[in-house]
Order: sequence, then C-alpha cells, then structure tokens
Amino acid sequence: MLEDFHVSSILVATIRSAPILLFAAFAGVFAERSGIIDLALEGKMLASAFAAAACTYATQNPYLGVAAGMLVSCCIVLLQGYVAINQKGNQLVFGIAINIAMSGLTFVLAQYFFQLGGRSPDLGAARFAVWNFPFSDWWSTIPALNWLLGKFLGGHTVLVYLAFALIPFLHWFIYHSRFGLRLRAVGENPHAADAAGINVAQTRYLALLCGGVLCSFSGAYLAIVQSGFFLRDMSAGNGFLALTAMVFGNWRPLQTALGCLMFGFFAALQIQMEGVAFPVVGQIPGSLIQMLPFVVTVIVLAGVMAKSVGPKALGVPFVKSR
Amino acid sequence: MPTAVEFRHISKRFGKVLANDAVSFSIAQGTIHGIIGENGAGKSTLMSILYGYYHADSGEILINGQSQTIRNSHEAIQLGIGMVHQHFMLVEDMTVLDNIMLGMEGGFRLRSHRARIAGELVKLCDDYGLAIKLDARINTLSVGEQQRVEILKQLYRNANILILDEPTAVLTPQETEALFVILRLFKQQGKTVILITHKLPEILAITDEVTVMRAGGVVAALQTAHTNQEELAHKMVGRSVATELPRQALSAGNVVLQVEDLCLQNQQGVHLLSHLNFSVRAGEIVAIAGVSGNGQSELLEILAGMRNLNGDKFAGTVQINDCQLNYQKKDATLAAKLRKLGVSHVPEDRLRDGVVKEFTVWENILLGQQTDKIYLDKKKCIAASDALLRQFEVRPLDSHLRLSQLSGGNQQKIVLAREIAAQPKLMLVGQPTRGVDIGTIQRIHTELLALRDAGVAILLVSAELEEIRALADRILVMSGGCITGELNIADYDTTRIGLLMGGLHK
Amino acid sequence: MNSELPRWATNVALPLLNLLSAMLVAAGVIYLLGESPIEALGILLNSALGNIEGLGYTLFYATTFIFTGLSVSIAMQAGLFNIGSDGQMYLGGLGLTLVILQFDASLPTWALIPLAMAGAAVFGAAWAFLPGYLQAKRGSHVVVTTIMFNFIAASLMNFIIITYMIPAGEQNPASRVFAETAWLPRLNSWIPALGDTPLNLTFICALFCLLAYGVLVWRTRWGYALRAAGKSAHAALYAGISISTVVIVTMLISGAFAGVAAMNMLAGSMHYLSLNFTNGAGFIGIAVALMGRQHPVGIFMSALLFGILIQGGSDLSLEKSNIPPETFVFIQGLIILFCGAMENMYAPALTRVLHLMRGRKAQGEKHA
Repeated sequence: MLEDFHVSSILVATIRSAPILLFAAFAGVFAERSGIIDLALEGKMLASAFAAAACTYATQNPYLGVAAGMLVSCCIVLLQGYVAINQKGNQLVFGIAINIAMSGLTFVLAQYFFQLGGRSPDLGAARFAVWNFPFSDWWSTIPALNWLLGKFLGGHTVLVYLAFALIPFLHWFIYHSRFGLRLRAVGENPHAADAAGINVAQTRYLALLCGGVLCSFSGAYLAIVQSGFFLRDMSAGNGFLALTAMVFGNWRPLQTALGCLMFGFFAALQIQMEGVAFPVVGQIPGSLIQMLPFVVTVIVLAGVMAKSVGPKALGVPFVKSR
Repeated sequence: MPTAVEFRHISKRFGKVLANDAVSFSIAQGTIHGIIGENGAGKSTLMSILYGYYHADSGEILINGQSQTIRNSHEAIQLGIGMVHQHFMLVEDMTVLDNIMLGMEGGFRLRSHRARIAGELVKLCDDYGLAIKLDARINTLSVGEQQRVEILKQLYRNANILILDEPTAVLTPQETEALFVILRLFKQQGKTVILITHKLPEILAITDEVTVMRAGGVVAALQTAHTNQEELAHKMVGRSVATELPRQALSAGNVVLQVEDLCLQNQQGVHLLSHLNFSVRAGEIVAIAGVSGNGQSELLEILAGMRNLNGDKFAGTVQINDCQLNYQKKDATLAAKLRKLGVSHVPEDRLRDGVVKEFTVWENILLGQQTDKIYLDKKKCIAASDALLRQFEVRPLDSHLRLSQLSGGNQQKIVLAREIAAQPKLMLVGQPTRGVDIGTIQRIHTELLALRDAGVAILLVSAELEEIRALADRILVMSGGCITGELNIADYDTTRIGLLMGGLHK
Repeated sequence: MNSELPRWATNVALPLLNLLSAMLVAAGVIYLLGESPIEALGILLNSALGNIEGLGYTLFYATTFIFTGLSVSIAMQAGLFNIGSDGQMYLGGLGLTLVILQFDASLPTWALIPLAMAGAAVFGAAWAFLPGYLQAKRGSHVVVTTIMFNFIAASLMNFIIITYMIPAGEQNPASRVFAETAWLPRLNSWIPALGDTPLNLTFICALFCLLAYGVLVWRTRWGYALRAAGKSAHAALYAGISISTVVIVTMLISGAFAGVAAMNMLAGSMHYLSLNFTNGAGFIGIAVALMGRQHPVGIFMSALLFGILIQGGSDLSLEKSNIPPETFVFIQGLIILFCGAMENMYAPALTRVLHLMRGRKAQGEKHA
C-alpha cells in the first residue's frame, strides 16, 4: 500500500497548494494581531479570484490580474475597517455577510460578463511563467537533482516564491520592526497604545490593508495559477482552513506557516488517497476524504493539541474610555 | 514661581452632564499639586483634557505660560506632559523595554535602537532610584513594580509635568511612602507633579497646594500648610460629613458563617489565601480591612460561589448555618445554591457582576432569584420591582427602563436593594461605596446597620478605613492572603491597622 | 447602546432603514447589470403576492425560513452565533428520512409524522451538539466549528445518499419516494382557494413554534438564564447560572429547530431526500434572525420577506437571465451586512431627527 503513495509528488504538490493558505493565513495574522476578527478571508479570496481571472482574461496579463484582485480586496477591506473601527459593529457578522455576498455577486458578475454558467473562460497561456534554475541541461540529467531543482525548489511561479519568501520576512516584520511592535500593542492593549500616542484606528486600517493585499494574492493564485479560470465558490473553505492554521500557529507567522504546510500536505495526500486500498477499510470514498481537512480543523480548534490564546483585544472595538 | 499649567474657563459637556464648568486655576512649576474631589467631581475629565483625550468645549490651557491646543496624547507628550493612569497602560505580554519604547521606537528597525534605549533607561533608573528589570515581562511584575514602569515611561518621554491618577489605590502604606520619596525627588529636579486623589491624609502628607473640585467646578484653591482634613472634607462635600451613625449595642447570635483553615493556591502556585480562620455571627458586622489585592477579592469570590476554581488548589472548610459547602467539585451553579441557603452578595464590581446592562430594571431585580418560579409573571415582577425602587428612592422610578438608562449610582442602589430585599441570613458585601456619591454612601451605611440590627450576619470587605470604622463590630486585617490581625472596634487604631495591612503580623 | 432611542426606533425604524439600504445597493447592482430595478421589483412582487398561488408558495418558503430563523435566533439569545443551521437542517432531513423509510409501510400518518419530526429534531440537535460542547468545554469558537460542520455535513450526506439511499436501478442521487402516509397534509385540502401549492401543515407548526419561542425566551426562568448567560458571563456566574449547560442545551434546541425545517420541504413537498435539498436555507436563517432582531414577530416578517424574495426571485430569474437566482444570495449577504454588522449606522442620524422633531413640537406647543 505504501508504494501507492509517491512521497516526492506529494511534497511538490504541498509546495504548489501551500500559497493559497499561506497568503490567506498571513492576511488573517495581520488583521487579528491588530485586534480585528477576520472571518471574511473566504469572501475576499473569492472576490479577488474573480477579479484576477476576469482582468487577466481581458488583458491577457496576469500581473494586471493580480493588481485587479488587490484593488477589489482593498475595497472590501476598507468597508471592513469602516464597520469594525468606525461603526464598532459586529466583526463576526461582517465576515459572514461578506462571504455570502461575494459568493452571490461573483457568480452574477461572471454570468453577466461571460455567460458560461458562472465561470470565467480558460486563461490558456496568460498565466504566470514558470521559473527554472539556470544550467538546467546539466542538473536535469541527475534524477535526484532534477527533482530537487526542477520540481521541488524550482519550476514554480512567482507567487509561490513570494509566499515562501514572506515567511521569514513577516516574522521579522512583526517582531522586529516598529510597525510590528505597534501592531501587537494595538491588538493586546489598544488603550496602552493610545496612551503612548499611537493612532489605534490608523494602525488597524493599515493592518487590514496589508491583509487585504495578501489575501488577494491567495485569490489570484487560485484563479490564475491553480485552475486557470474562475469557478463559483472556488475558495471551498480555504479561508477557514487558513484561519485554523493561524489559530494552530498561535497567531505567530512561523508556526502559522507550519500549519499551512500541514494542511497543504494533507490536501496533497488526499488526492493520492483516492483509489488506494487501505487495510481493513479498503478504498475510502472520495467524499469522505474531502471531509478530512474540515475534521482536522475541528480537532485543532478543540484545542486537542494545545490551548492557543489570541491577542487580548481581539474582536473588541476600541472605545476611548476615561 | 513660574506657572507650569494654567486652566482658564475650561468647560466640557457630555450629553446632559456638565463634567467641567468653567474650571480655572493654575499649578506652579516645581510643586506637588493635589486635586481632590468625589467621584463625578470632574477631576478625571479635566486631566483627560490636559492629556489630549478629550477636547474642551470652551476655555484654554496654558503650558509654561503659552496657550496650547492639545489635540491628542501625542501632542501632550510633546509638551512634556506625562500621565500615570489608575489602570496601567501596559501591554502585559511585552517586556518592560518594549512597553517603554512603544511610540518612541526611534526608527523602523527595532534591534539597533533597543540597546541604545536600554542604556538611557538604566541611567534614568539610577537617577531616580527606580529598580526595574528591563527585560521582564509585565505580567510577571507586582503592582508596585508596574507602577514604577509607568513612571519610568513618562520620565523617558521627558515629562516635566507628571499627572498621577489615584496612584496609591493599590499600594500598601509602605509602598506609598516609597512613591512619595520618588515624587519629592521629582520636585527637587524642578518637575511638576499633579496628584489626583480622594485620600485626605495623602494630600496633607505630600502636596504643596491643593485644588478642591465639586460637581464639575473648582470650589477652593488652598495652600496645604494652611488647611486641614476637616476643611478639605467639608469643601469636597459641601456640608459637614457626619462620621458617627447611630447603631445599637452589639448583640450577636449564632454563628452563621464559619471558615476553617481556608487555603487557596492558583495555577501558578501563588498562595492567594493561607489558613484563614474566622466566623461571623448573626447581628454583627465583621469587616475585612486591607489594601486591594491581598486576597480579599478571592475570599469573597469563594464565599459567594463565584470562583470557578479552574486549576486552583483548595483546602479547608466553609460552613453556612451548619451546612458544610463542597468546593472541591467545580460547580457553576454554586451561587444559586448559596442563595437558597440565605446568602446575599453585593459584589465588589457591581456593574460587571451584579447586573445585566441590557436587561430592564425589573429583570435585573430578578437576577439571582430567577430560579424560584418557572413562569415569570411580568405584572407581578414589575409590581415587586416598583415597590423596591420606591423604597430605595431610585430615580427615575420606572421598572420598564433598560438598566443602562439609569445613572451608575442608581444602578448600584438597585443591586443593594435587591440583595437586602432577599432577606438574607448572611450578607457578603464588597466595597459597597466604591464609585458612589456621598449622599448614597450615608444611605448604604444606614441600610447595612439596619440589617445588622435586625440580626443579619454581615461580612464586609472594604479598602476604606473610614468606612470600616463607621460600620464594623470586629475588624480582620488581611495582607498577603493571611489574616494578620484581628481587633474589636473599641480597639481601633489607624497605625496598628496600617502596619497589619502592610504585612506585619500581630 | 441606543439608550437614547425609544424602543420603536431601535426595533422597527432602524431595521427598516437597514433593509432599505440593502435594497438600494441591490437595485444599484441590478441597474448596472442592464435591468430596471423598478421593473424587476414589480415582477418579483407580482409573482410572490399578486395571486393566491404565488402567495401560497411564498408562505411555503417562509415556513422553512421561520424554522431556520428560530434556530439562529435562539442561539443568538445565548450569545452564540450558530452558522451551522444549514448542515443541521441537512442532517435533520436525514433523520426524518430514516424514520419514514423505516416505518412508512407500517405506521399510520398521525403516528408517522410526529415520529419523523422527532427524528429530524434529534438528528439536527445531534449535529449541533459537538460545536456546542466544544464551545462550552474547550472554548472553541462556535462560529468556525459550525462552519466546518456545514462542510463536513455536505461531504457526509453526499456519501450517505449516493452509497446507501439510491434505490436499485436509479441514477438520481436521491432516496426513494416516501409512501403517502408520510406526506404532510397540504393546506389546500382545507382551504381549496389556495390552489396548487405545497403549503402544508408545517406552516401551522411554525406559527406555534414562534409562540413557544416567545414564551420560552421571555417568560420562563430557562429563557431568563439563557438571555443572561448570553449577555453577561459575569452576571450569569453571579446568579448561579451554568454557562456550559446553557450553551450546550441552546445549541441542541437550535439544531432541533433547524432539523425540523427539513420537514417542510421533504415531508411536505418533495417527498424524498435529495442532494443539497437545503439550498442555503440555513444561511437565509441567519439573515432572518438578524433582520428580525430575534423577536418572534420580527422573525415572521423577515421570513416572509425572504419567502417573497425566493418565490418572486425564481420567476424573475426565468424572465431576466441577467438576474440569476444567485442575485438573491447576494441580497442575502447585503441584508446580513446592513442589519447585522452595520445595524446602528443610522442611529445617530435618527437621534438627531427625533430631537429636532421634539424641539419643533415643543415650540409648536409654546406658540399654541
């Protein structure tokens, strides 16, 4: 049975599917570290995916597609900021509202523009080019190096490299930069930050915008790189998996990344699991395998592994009180 | 002497309430200036305006002789104004160094600036005798140490005008003395200290001048050396404060509450309560004196069934009317069971624990007693509620209002009214007059004494010695989770109690 | 929060303003899609209310939404945001199907229907139990766990229906048709004027449930405990109310309501269990609960509104291809946004208007 699992291809598939969760989870880290609950990752991902697919199809330029995704996501995020910061409204409800609204709106717009039953046309060649290590004619002859440099470390698109490069950068940014210090203070004790002369609202807006941009990369990756078109509800719960990775990682970038890789690994494993005859249970049907990431999420959230504690002021609108 | 701060006709209105009414006075540089007043007098609002939290509706502020508009705390800091709040503005998870750096990091990359700032802070600590570990996390420090971090924070920002809001509320008498030493050092260095407090002895001990505020306005500006406690109290309140309330002679009955060898250790291993032994009899008021944070709150929580004992280690026995209570099992409904045994509880933080803000008045009157009936007959409940409101002179007399529509003082009256109306055998009361105006204080004290005369056993926790003096039959002093001493009211002695509060055992 | 505004303003005026805002945004989008919002509204209202059959369908849809609305509402009263009503309804459908398939040959209608309803309630409650338990005992946020359970329900039911439910020889992913003993009596058998409509006994049941909900939440001590626990954990502890018990029991009741919602569609109309029969009814329940402010009358009105939207919307989609059914999913999201997340947006403006009106009235009285 074990021979049925190709570890090498699982690892490559993990790298390929990780960016979706990495970008979204980092977006969540920014928002929640500043004290705002972000359940709208799913909706922002979906909206950016549609915008990216539609724009790339229209301009045949994936970079413009990514830019379109960023624009859309930032608009949503500005609304999110207005609701959470200015209106002091319910952040959970906002997240649910956006997810549902975007699910409907993206379908309607896709249908209006493309008449293809709620999806966008295939992008064909207008997707990102693959980056390869130089001297490929030399190392491609050695199988181990070929896999390592050709498939595992190399042979990916720019967004993949960006996602992984973000891991150490975000760690440094959150713990060793001025903005990161202020961000954390605002999320733990906004009154203290305010007393220190920091503009809590501005910091939160900036954090949300950073998150908005990152989340849009996730959506753009989904539409442009992974599928090559927009399909209704294509985010498929990834927004919540990203949130879970963040909880698993205790809102820290490095551990969150680990959580994302874990989910990515499971996703890759999942694809291989179909058709494999396990001892005792035999073949596991596809729909039950589909369930696995969500079951894992519940297990993580049940704190079976460890109790994780979020920023103290998470979800509490800041009201200057004296 | 030059003037550090001058207020000219500062007015501020919040909705219907005029918090500051044409406040005008000046604070000389290089002095320690006290501002006293009751709750709601307007002193906190005035300081908030000085520190940039609020904008005055009219009037102007002069700093060092120049008129300034202070739009936010950032600008206040630029002008050399620093504020140490009553509730510390510290991020618990971060280190002392990071907390002080916050807002003044020096640049985008933190690493290069941390060492430099640490060096500057060490020098400041030496200059002012503040012993602080810069890399300790705030949540590992004691309250006194955290306050010193706050002070260091202001010093680092070159504060020349230091505002301290009720700084000694959480300190022992000895820690208070240590603070005063630091403040005198500041004065020597030419800094100006503004001390907000309601404790008259402190005003006399440390300030040079004192401004008395009442109902939003300035009532008096005095030289401390030329005044005394009685005059200050009189000006603060507007009338003579009766310190003696009538009460009958003590005729205590059976033991209602018996606590034996009560020990409580929390998850971190801190001994919150150690070997407490005491009893309360029917018809007597036993008061627990002590600075907040020495175990009194935990004791009340346990006795009232409000501590969920998660991770706590508990030992000892508690008997109420000869019924032994089982605290080993984690039981969220314990408070309800206690009520059935005849226990009433006026919690320390009444507005957090004792009411549901969103409920109506009549629904709040039910809180704690809702288990009596299955069906809630609205008419009957409202009638009962109206009767209580009338009896305790709650305004406005409307049971249909949402609790949040009443003033804080009236909300507190409702909690007290409800607990008294339950006709308890044992009444647990925590800080009954915190946040309450003087007229209501009198009323509450009268009610408690009436309960005592009617044969109710009362356990009172209070941080106000004057209150204890007015109400108690017996006084237990707590410090560090232990009962350090016990005395009868006849043997009342402030110095001795102060020492016991500070931890010296009898 | 809005202690300055009188009750009627917060409970009626604000929700209406919020609803209007949502509708205006929707109208804007419809206009951008090249259709006339006024015309669309006309077609929608005509289809939903213009004739007695349409009205019957509207009430039929509203029935489901009353149950899912109750499900979300009662959880909200306890401070819980139950997003899982859809999955709970799905599982409730499974519960009633299993009972019916087992007993529809042997039991008479008056025994079978209550038993099926119990089955729906039990399965719905069971699906809500674990998120409730995890919230009470482990602090896992009920919002994310219930969303996960929705996804899990979709996969699980997919597996169960396809593997176990399809009768031999059939291709359609659905169970066999229920025997007629399991068919809920339709209201048109008592009121023939209703015409051909799936409106059935569940509608009467829903009205009873609204009443029961009102009495339970506001006039019983359990309802009091529920609301207190939902509004203040500290006060609940003070009053000796066990929050864990409240959370778990509330989620069970919430799940039960959602499960019973399935009766309307499955036992009342379709008469077989099919894939994804819920069609997002659980999510509409969220919008209903928010717009109706968790009040029995509000829930009824909001459920009715959504009934109008769904019934009118389906006819509208047939006529205008630029307004597909998913448009109403979008409107749903807008309503949740305006009535839930931005519910107090108009409060300051409304307060000012009321002050002005009172001022003018006082002036008028002075002059009189």
